[in-house]
Amino acid sequence: MLAIAGDISLFGLRAITDAFRRPFELAQIRRQLAEVGSKSLPLIVASGFALGAVLTLHTRGTLVTFGATAWIPTVQALAFFVEIGPLVAGLLMAGRVGSGIGAVLSNMRATEQIDAIESLSIDSFKFLVVPRIIACTLALPPLTLFLDFSALLGGFASEYAASGLSFQLYISRAFSAFDWANFYPPTLKTAVFGFAIGTISAFLGYTTDAGADGVGRAATRGVVVSSLVIILVDVLLIKFIFFIFPETAAL
Amino acid sequence: MSDGPAVVLEHVSKSFGHKPILQDVSFHVHPGEALCILGRSGTGKSVTLKLIISLLKPEQGQIWIEGENITRLHAADLSRVRRKMGFLFQSAALFDSLTLYENLALPLVRLTSKSSAEIETIIDRVLRDVGLGNDRERMPAELSGGMRKRAGLARALVLEPRILLVDEPSSGLDRITASEIDELLLKEKVARRTTLIVVTHDVRGARRLADRIAVLDHGRLIADGTVEDVQHSEHEIARSLISE
Repeated sequence: MLAIAGDISLFGLRAITDAFRRPFELAQIRRQLAEVGSKSLPLIVASGFALGAVLTLHTRGTLVTFGATAWIPTVQALAFFVEIGPLVAGLLMAGRVGSGIGAVLSNMRATEQIDAIESLSIDSFKFLVVPRIIACTLALPPLTLFLDFSALLGGFASEYAASGLSFQLYISRAFSAFDWANFYPPTLKTAVFGFAIGTISAFLGYTTDAGADGVGRAATRGVVVSSLVIILVDVLLIKFIFFIFPETAAL
Repeated sequence: MSDGPAVVLEHVSKSFGHKPILQDVSFHVHPGEALCILGRSGTGKSVTLKLIISLLKPEQGQIWIEGENITRLHAADLSRVRRKMGFLFQSAALFDSLTLYENLALPLVRLTSKSSAEIETIIDRVLRDVGLGNDRERMPAELSGGMRKRAGLARALVLEPRILLVDEPSSGLDRITASEIDELLLKEKVARRTTLIVVTHDVRGARRLADRIAVLDHGRLIADGTVEDVQHSEHEIARSLISE
């Protein structure tokens, strides 16, 4: 277990150093950004909207009891921007992208496409792995924002149906107790989630040697390990954010 | 190009874990010569090709490509040496997310300073040569087995390698299509004096292509010579393989 964790860490370090070495593989990065980013957008937006609506439905019942329905937009915004949005976006991406990267790379290994790239004097690690990790790292923060705002919209739709609250008032209340420290550390921490998803799933796909059997295994393990690591890293990053921005801990 | 052998293997051994794959294998191939490697399944034929192009490293022995020892080369030097070689994989190993044109363009874009127009001209010529002139925008999944093999050959030839390594050119193909692939290899050998090292089970194809035949058995080279030499080998397996 520790040996694998060490191998994955070295794999990630190699990706970081190779990312700053020529050629920079911009075309491949653009291609992967489209694959990881824009193709994930429908899933992210739909999930955010549905979660936002559901969370409002749940909190409304409780807050009505205390006569605090005016707090619904605030609770909604804080919950999503601070924690639910980053974590759910990370887990959704681990499912969609982690399995995809693991399956694609292990299939390329099994069908000798990676050997073919090497035989053409092209560095397969730099060509296949580095752009995928960069794309995951860059794509996750903006995708998280899409999920956060979709959730606000979902929450508004739910609240509008229940109370007829106007959009302007909903937004104004949503951000009334909001601070930059609630916004950018949790959003930026998803870059670490993206790096973890890209590194783990690429490692499992790129290093497989189990032939066709390894394709399914790499895809499944990519999702499971990435999801677990995201949750563990989240705990560490929250402690780190509290340390750097103590005011967020008081929320 | 040096005057000596194009490829030399000296006492090469390779194992996977505790399982020996190649044991003390030595042979050489001269420029413009075609060597076919025969042997039963699992005797290390494909591993030999991967050692020559340095996709695998030998545990013991030396491998020389046009006078340069590649056994301990650094990545940059290895890349330079690999450019002298083309590799046709058994499964063709086309990049399945790229069109046929993009498959061929990739090495040209990455490794040469040719303009887009020059690259297009080269790809069109190579695809025409292998009979795929009208298929450049098709994806690998849309190609038949024979077409994929031709496309793999086109990609291996696009950088005009001096040494062509071919892994099972006839596997999975009917006899007519296999014969067409052999014809393309022969044409390449004659027209550009390309050195060929072909791993095959197809004795008929080997007899057509080869200037020399090498026979591997249990990781050891048991015969190396002309078809007649192998027919009169002291090893029964070598005689039996060449007479199939």
